[in-house]
Amino acid sequence: MTDAPALATASPPILDAQPGGQLELRGVSRSFGTYNALDGIDLTVERGEFVALLGPSGCGKSTALNCIAGLLALSAGEIRLGGKRIDQLQPEERGFGMVFQSYALFPHLTVRKNVGFGLAMQGMPRTEADRRIKEALAMVHLEEQGDKLPGQLSGGQQQRVAIARAIVIRPPLVLMDEPLSNLDAKLRLEMRAEIRSIHDAIGSTTIYVTHDQDEALSLADRVVVMNTGHISQAGTPEELYERPANSAVAEFMGFRNRMAGRVLSADAQRAVVEACGARLEGIARQPLVAGELAEVNIRPEDLLASSDGQGIGAEVVSIEYRGRAFFGVAKADDGTRLFFRSEQSFSRGARVALAPAADRTLLFKAGTP
Amino acid sequence: MTDVAAARSDRSVGKRLAARGFDGTTLLVLPGLVAIIALFIYPFLFGLYDSLRPKAGEWYANYAAFFSDPFQRDTIWATLLLALPATIVNLAFAVPIAFRVRLMRRQKLLTTILVLPITLGTVLVADGLLNFLGPRGWFNRVLMLIDVIHTPLRLTNNYWGVFASLVITGFPFAFLLTLSYVSGIDPAIEQAAATLGARARQRFTHIFMPLLVPGLAVTFCLSFVQAFAVFPSAILLGAPAGPTRVISIAAYHAAFELYDHSLGAAIAMIMAAVQLIVVVAVLGARALFYRGSASGTKG
Repeated sequence: MTDAPALATASPPILDAQPGGQLELRGVSRSFGTYNALDGIDLTVERGEFVALLGPSGCGKSTALNCIAGLLALSAGEIRLGGKRIDQLQPEERGFGMVFQSYALFPHLTVRKNVGFGLAMQGMPRTEADRRIKEALAMVHLEEQGDKLPGQLSGGQQQRVAIARAIVIRPPLVLMDEPLSNLDAKLRLEMRAEIRSIHDAIGSTTIYVTHDQDEALSLADRVVVMNTGHISQAGTPEELYERPANSAVAEFMGFRNRMAGRVLSADAQRAVVEACGARLEGIARQPLVAGELAEVNIRPEDLLASSDGQGIGAEVVSIEYRGRAFFGVAKADDGTRLFFRSEQSFSRGARVALAPAADRTLLFKAGTP
Repeated sequence: MTDVAAARSDRSVGKRLAARGFDGTTLLVLPGLVAIIALFIYPFLFGLYDSLRPKAGEWYANYAAFFSDPFQRDTIWATLLLALPATIVNLAFAVPIAFRVRLMRRQKLLTTILVLPITLGTVLVADGLLNFLGPRGWFNRVLMLIDVIHTPLRLTNNYWGVFASLVITGFPFAFLLTLSYVSGIDPAIEQAAATLGARARQRFTHIFMPLLVPGLAVTFCLSFVQAFAVFPSAILLGAPAGPTRVISIAAYHAAFELYDHSLGAAIAMIMAAVQLIVVVAVLGARALFYRGSASGTKG
């Protein structure tokens, strides 16, 4: 498979996206009966930006994408593209390219006809359409598969047909709904690189829905974390990874250890808490006051186990080797399950001290979302 | 020792048979197989044999008599003239209604209402139609009341009475089958077509129809075979001595009024042959279309 720079260089100018301008979502809501799948979200996506909507199942990310595509009507709010209101347009009038989770290829049409479907609907002359189809198939490395039916292709090839079909119409906006969720781990990594390369090559705006944190962080210019129909936080991958706004975002960003503690002392930036029978220092992500309850968030890789150091006293429950280090689960003396990293292996039941890295321990007010 | 050896031998026979596909589960097919042989294959072969043993003349005399007599021969066209349009009309109604119903929330309720006629039986439907479409029925009365007509339209005891009956009794069947095929098409495929700029009509003609054709062909065949066997409504609502003298009436007349069961069996064989020709032609045409999965992914 061709790597990213090669793809970007090889991209033909013919596939440049049509200018679309800024995409704005203002107070966008969508209800299903009494259930609010989207509850007044505001989001601005700049032209050419790659934005990932990240969140757990049911958080509203696919609903948001379908609202943008026109496949779901809004219950409230408005969507604008380049200043022009588009939420009242039918999906066929919006001109966006969409890649579906199930690929949604037309099973009775060949790869070539699948890719050319959008162009045929536009009434494009055949010569021009053939040229565009050829360019799109070249971009996704499927030149040789043009006459096959989708059912004759592998999952990864089908996914690339879906991408080619979405980009060949030069959409101002490409929408992708968990496009890699049906692929195996190796193919996901390969396709991830290809998707980003294609985005860079055609210069369109891309909105990418995923529940995979790694995928969102590695692909997007900006990640929007959603939860229960709201936007929890939006920012660059670095911002979200290093400075999650609340414990829900922190959990999604890999802070698997979440425990309750009481604040012993605090200033504007840092605080000391007592949790799991130990004194822990961390960064206060929200204003904390001595005496109140706080939630301590630590990534497994930042909770180092040793046999004779200081930290949270715990008993090893299980441990596994993952190449550079050992990762395991331990039970603290107060019963809390903790995920830790270790430079050495421990036997099951061994006593360890779990020491968190102070500058990578985040503290939030207890009870905040 | 001998018992142990016999048990081992039994086990090995059982394993050998299982390896060839004859195990306990396979035996479950036997009751069905017996029923098919007893109720379908044997009567069919007996009927064929009976049809080749005419009262007088050569072995083909019954067939020769049927095709040389225009009164008998024309029953094929009379039946086709009823069964083919009724089947086409049923499909034409079933497709758009199934498309609408698949998107509805109260799908089960509406489906139940639509398939209700299937439970009524042809005789009850015929009786209802005689009262509704007859010269003094509601239909004519309403039309006369609102001054659309001045003398009653003749809609029973002719072609149209039988046709209406075939549509009413055949529609639920065609609808249910069509609904299952329509529901089997991945909704994301239509959404994909929409995002690519296809309007509703284009989505129907370019995406849905090609995917539906194989299913519609099967629905057509089953509906046609059902309609071609029309009998009670052709007598009760039609003109059994005239335009609705269908082939089943001819077979009944020969077997139970002329007491020539051999000729009756021959007419039944001709009836089966005509149905087979239509079914083979339709299924043959189906081969020209895509017949694979209607989902948008290999899964």
